[in-house]
Amino acid sequence: MNERYSRQMLFPPIGKEGQKKLREKHALIVGAGALGAANAETLTRAGVGKLTIADRDYVEWSNLQRQQLYCEGDAVRKTPKAIAAANRLKAINSEVEVIARIMDVGIQEIEELIEGVDLIIDSTDNFDIRFLVNDISQKHRIPWIYGGCVGSYGLSYTFLPGVSPCLNCLMDKLPLGGTTCDTAGVIQPAIQMVAAHQSAEALKILAEDFESLRGTLVSFDVWKNHFSSVNVSSLKNPHCLTCGANPVYPFLDYRNQTKTALLCGRDTVQIRPSALQDVDVAYLEKSLVSQGINVESNPYLLSFKINQARVVVFKDGRVLVHGVRDILQAKNLYHRFLG
Amino acid sequence: MNVVINGDAMVLPETVNSVSRLLEHFNLEQKVVIVELNQHILDKSMHAETILTDGDRIEIVHFVGGG
Repeated sequence: MNERYSRQMLFPPIGKEGQKKLREKHALIVGAGALGAANAETLTRAGVGKLTIADRDYVEWSNLQRQQLYCEGDAVRKTPKAIAAANRLKAINSEVEVIARIMDVGIQEIEELIEGVDLIIDSTDNFDIRFLVNDISQKHRIPWIYGGCVGSYGLSYTFLPGVSPCLNCLMDKLPLGGTTCDTAGVIQPAIQMVAAHQSAEALKILAEDFESLRGTLVSFDVWKNHFSSVNVSSLKNPHCLTCGANPVYPFLDYRNQTKTALLCGRDTVQIRPSALQDVDVAYLEKSLVSQGINVESNPYLLSFKINQARVVVFKDGRVLVHGVRDILQAKNLYHRFLG
Repeated sequence: MNVVINGDAMVLPETVNSVSRLLEHFNLEQKVVIVELNQHILDKSMHAETILTDGDRIEIVHFVGGG
């Protein structure tokens, strides 16, 4: 063995034994935005055995200020984030098995992704998917680590099934509207702080040092210089529908799924057909070009402009509509050009 | 009233005398929050009736979705 992990093994709580355990583990990162990129890089450098990274989006210029795995070429080529992340991660550490999944993670996908996974790291940008992750975590007894960030503020919590309260215990409702990256922006140091808390907890779990887990809800503002660490264990609800005595996992019910979603950070609507099936991108391109539409494409997606809106079609059938005011307008464009 | 919120000493107007009023004062009433008062987590149903007193130490954590 070379010196790659020597400084980490010199750190007594990990040591040789911890390093070996890390090597045997499989972590799932949901979302390859700023938090996903930061967590993925840390775990890859640390030498986790296997890393799956799932994301529905592609790289854009506005990502480069904070999404540390991506470079200008990825934005120019509109490379899907999962692919761009995996390419960079493999260059950083070829010993780690990195699996890239270009997908919008829903019920069906999460059930498949969870297979053989030891830990889920939340790097998503909305609570629809976090409640899904929370339910699947409880159902399969797999820990997950929440991270959220807006502006200079961030927070994190580690959910251990059977030990801590779950997200459903902590949040009695979904936040409506409120501040998002859209309205408040976000700065890199806040992202790094959240990711540092997440990946430190991840290393403890993967190296099986459970006693060292923080156990508190941590929150901070790196601009206003606040820090707080709150013990929330009293909020564990014995009647919780997700982690109580008689769980029903309400967010794994298909009826509770969102089929269209406004994406955080821009005027974008995602449309997800109820039955996903592969689109013949080349055929679609031909047909659009024959209507006089200027189309850009790569092996994973195609995009075209209609007035102020830009429509991006992924191979798996999902569509992103940029530059629209609302879901209805996006759906109109979708039906007009894609049947 | 003198209180400490998220580590900062603050003077609250007299009208801000309950946890609910405090959340309104900081425009957090629509947010999903967890409030700790003197190292004791408050149940959400208690926010309206929990009266603040001089010297209270309060931590307010609100959930955000970005990432």
